[in-house]
Amino acid sequence: MSEVNLMIDNLPVSVPAGTTILQAARQLGVEIPTICYHEACTANALCRLCVVEVEGWRVLAASCVVPASEGMRVSTRNPRVERSQRTILEMLDSAVDLSESPEIQVFISDRGADPGRFPGAERREPPLLDDNPMYIRDYAKCVLCWRCVQVCAEDAQYTYAINFAGRGFETQIGTFFDRPMPATTCVFCGQCVGVCPTGALKPKREWLLEQGLTPDEIMGLTRSERRRKRDGGSHAET
Amino acid sequence: MLKPDRIVSTTCPYCGVGCTLELHLKDDYIYRVTSPFDAVVNRGNLCVKGRFGYDFIYHPRRVTTPLMRKNPQAPDQRAQAFDLSEWREVSWEEALEYTADRLVEIYRRDGPGAMAVYCCAKATNEDNYLLQKIFRALFRTNNVDHCTRLCHAGSVVALQQAIGSSAMSNTAAEVIKSDCFIVVGSNTTENHPIIALQMKAAVEKYGAKMIVIDPRRLELCDHAALWLPLKPGTNVPLFSAMAHVIVKEGLVDRWFIEERTSGYEEYVRSLEKFTPEYAEMVCGVDRDLIVQAARMYAAAERGAIYWGMGISQLSNGVASALSVIHLAFLTGHIGREGTGLNPLRGQNNVQGASDMGAMPYHYPGYMLVDDPANAAKWEAAWKVEPGRLSQRRGLTTTEILSHVRPGGVRSLYIMGENPMMSEPNLNITRHHMQDLEFLVVQDLFINESGAFADVFLPAASWAEKDGTFTNTDRRVQRVRQALPPRGQSRPDWEILCDLAKRIEARLGRPLSAGWDYCDPSEILAELGSVVPEYAGVTYPRLEQVGLQVPVWDREHPGTPYLFGETFPSGRGKFIPLEFVPSVELPDDEYPFVLTTGRVLEHWHGGTMTRHSELDALYPEARAELHPADAALIGVVDGQAVRVVSRRGSIVLRLSVTDKARAGVVFIPFHFAEAAANLLTIDALDPQAKIPEYKACAVSVTAVPEDQLSNPEALLERGRY
Repeated sequence: MSEVNLMIDNLPVSVPAGTTILQAARQLGVEIPTICYHEACTANALCRLCVVEVEGWRVLAASCVVPASEGMRVSTRNPRVERSQRTILEMLDSAVDLSESPEIQVFISDRGADPGRFPGAERREPPLLDDNPMYIRDYAKCVLCWRCVQVCAEDAQYTYAINFAGRGFETQIGTFFDRPMPATTCVFCGQCVGVCPTGALKPKREWLLEQGLTPDEIMGLTRSERRRKRDGGSHAET
Repeated sequence: MLKPDRIVSTTCPYCGVGCTLELHLKDDYIYRVTSPFDAVVNRGNLCVKGRFGYDFIYHPRRVTTPLMRKNPQAPDQRAQAFDLSEWREVSWEEALEYTADRLVEIYRRDGPGAMAVYCCAKATNEDNYLLQKIFRALFRTNNVDHCTRLCHAGSVVALQQAIGSSAMSNTAAEVIKSDCFIVVGSNTTENHPIIALQMKAAVEKYGAKMIVIDPRRLELCDHAALWLPLKPGTNVPLFSAMAHVIVKEGLVDRWFIEERTSGYEEYVRSLEKFTPEYAEMVCGVDRDLIVQAARMYAAAERGAIYWGMGISQLSNGVASALSVIHLAFLTGHIGREGTGLNPLRGQNNVQGASDMGAMPYHYPGYMLVDDPANAAKWEAAWKVEPGRLSQRRGLTTTEILSHVRPGGVRSLYIMGENPMMSEPNLNITRHHMQDLEFLVVQDLFINESGAFADVFLPAASWAEKDGTFTNTDRRVQRVRQALPPRGQSRPDWEILCDLAKRIEARLGRPLSAGWDYCDPSEILAELGSVVPEYAGVTYPRLEQVGLQVPVWDREHPGTPYLFGETFPSGRGKFIPLEFVPSVELPDDEYPFVLTTGRVLEHWHGGTMTRHSELDALYPEARAELHPADAALIGVVDGQAVRVVSRRGSIVLRLSVTDKARAGVVFIPFHFAEAAANLLTIDALDPQAKIPEYKACAVSVTAVPEDQLSNPEALLERGRY
């Protein structure tokens, strides 16, 4: 496979053709912040936090999808890039609950983003969805990174239980006809929970623990939920 | 936001895939499970059981104190005791002293033939090695078996005959290297979910063609190039007809047949009668589909076959597996990356338990017990007087119970298995269990089998002990203790060592077989000192990533695929086949074929998953019936029905679905309140002794809703 040579932050690097700028930068040890990007998911350049400036390009490039090319000169940190990243973070923070997104919090402080920049902004605060025994969905914390949708589809599971619903500000991850999860094609593999970066998807047990229930109380709760008879009264529920 | 006290890396306790888990704990409570995205087996993906199904550890009904029956049980009058009020909490000292007394008493009185043990494919390699060592070295019996008998015995015997080895020949993840693969008798999506992801990726991302051969329209069919909906139990004519086409059309790999196999000419003569037309008549599969499938597989550069219980759990299970193996021989699709013969092993450690000798014909390492040279090796290792290990083949799982009678088997030790759910025709199993003189059960819960026991020994769960599992890829992986054993429960290996010393003291043997281990790594080292395949497997080497056996020495890197140069038996053997139909075929009185299996959310007898939140996700048994059949007998989706066989009857709710094949009823066997194995037939394959779980005749009739054991369990479900 042919190699391409480029400069990232004035450092020369040689990578196989097809490598993205983000991967090339990582090879150099240059960290570019990302939110929607995940090593196990198809990159979609949704969050735009990974933008970099490529010399001669009119617009900033999303480094997670743009392949490195011969002779490219890339800058990952400069006022233009950082202003863009700050604005993305400030807008996210104005609308979404980022309290359980430690990585994004680090970017906010690192890039000097001002959480109060959009004081009157409307917040996305849909009610928490607790419709199945395995995990809860708290879309007030969702940054729409699309990872959950992708692992539910071709990136892992081929189950297609969730997708985007709504447009613009109303966009939210949802099920077809808003059905509760058990009524969808969901197989509860939790691949989505595994890639969620913000705590919007969480194992139900973890959530109950956070609500102040003890492990014994959690087990008691499930017991009352699935009371059942067995042949000959063999299992008297205690 | 919770911060874990610690994150422990371990191996999943459910299926044979062997996914890497990271357990996140707070105050010894596992609240989240993740998997690293660079995990070699599963690449960060898990299924519902692996990600959410661990809460049985904390279930209030888990037994964490040794128990003995308040009322002594006698043969014939043994009764089940589910309720703790029928048990007495005792000390470990009392429980083990009593157990040792009773076992030795029976051994002294009736000899080795009275002793029997079920090892456990859920327990670690070390646990299984020790348990068979107790029964072989101390009780001098080979009545040692485990549930492999009920799952892949047919495949194991066939593979041993044809190539001399019985493991999966390749690594499951190699499926993406195949350009055509056959999945037969395996609902991989639900039973090996992570391998199914790799199969789907192989098709959708890598351009492979998948051929699904199964009576049910499985989820995999959504991605398949061909689906051959054969009637249950008709593998032999189907695969033989494919072979017929491959031979007639000259699609065989001449070089492979001449260099690597024997018996081809005679085999080809036996194929003459298996025309696609004949197979269509017997199997109910369109002849053109058979021809297409044969051409597709034979034309592949790298063809592989993956199979499950639909091949082995039949009274013609060995012949079924041989008919599959022949296809690989004819086309040379074995011994290279992306090819191979791959029986998907069910349990997390069924490969390991078999490797550890938890089988009646084999010492650890598949050394036949009736070869004095093998016995001598283990006599030396276990300090048994020369010539005193039993060289008689023992009884299999199914035979152990059917030999319970005066003069036969008198005592049974069960570690973690649940024959009262998993044996065929449970109506008979119940009588056998009742007739036992002494029964010890070592488990987490008092399940349907444990309820018959005299002594219940509370074992630690997989998260509470150290050890190793060997997955379906032959990959030995670490199991790590994440939390202390609950209550007074103890790791199986500790219980077994403690008990073994007490038994040995009573028997007054001149030399100890050796029961002092500091930790499980020493047990594995003892095994590796005698079994060459495990010689290079050591705990430090397993620290980062597992090793695929055979690992011949400390430097050997492991073996991703087998048979590159030769087969263990030299040449692969073609074995001419006759088709013997299933024992019980449908008739006017019992017009449907019952085939049993599993669902995604549950595990086998349900000891773990029915004490888990998984049970809320799938709370009741459902029988699957094809819409045409439902219309014929006038039943609708969701209705309560009674399913009756010549042996028993159960009541459960019906799902009317295209997933079923016309003429076939599918029922999962996890549910005690509608136990499918009350219906199944206890016919066995003559060689492998595996029961015919996949085919018996039943009738289906509507009954009133109130006959269901739990009408409220109904849950809306959307998944296929």
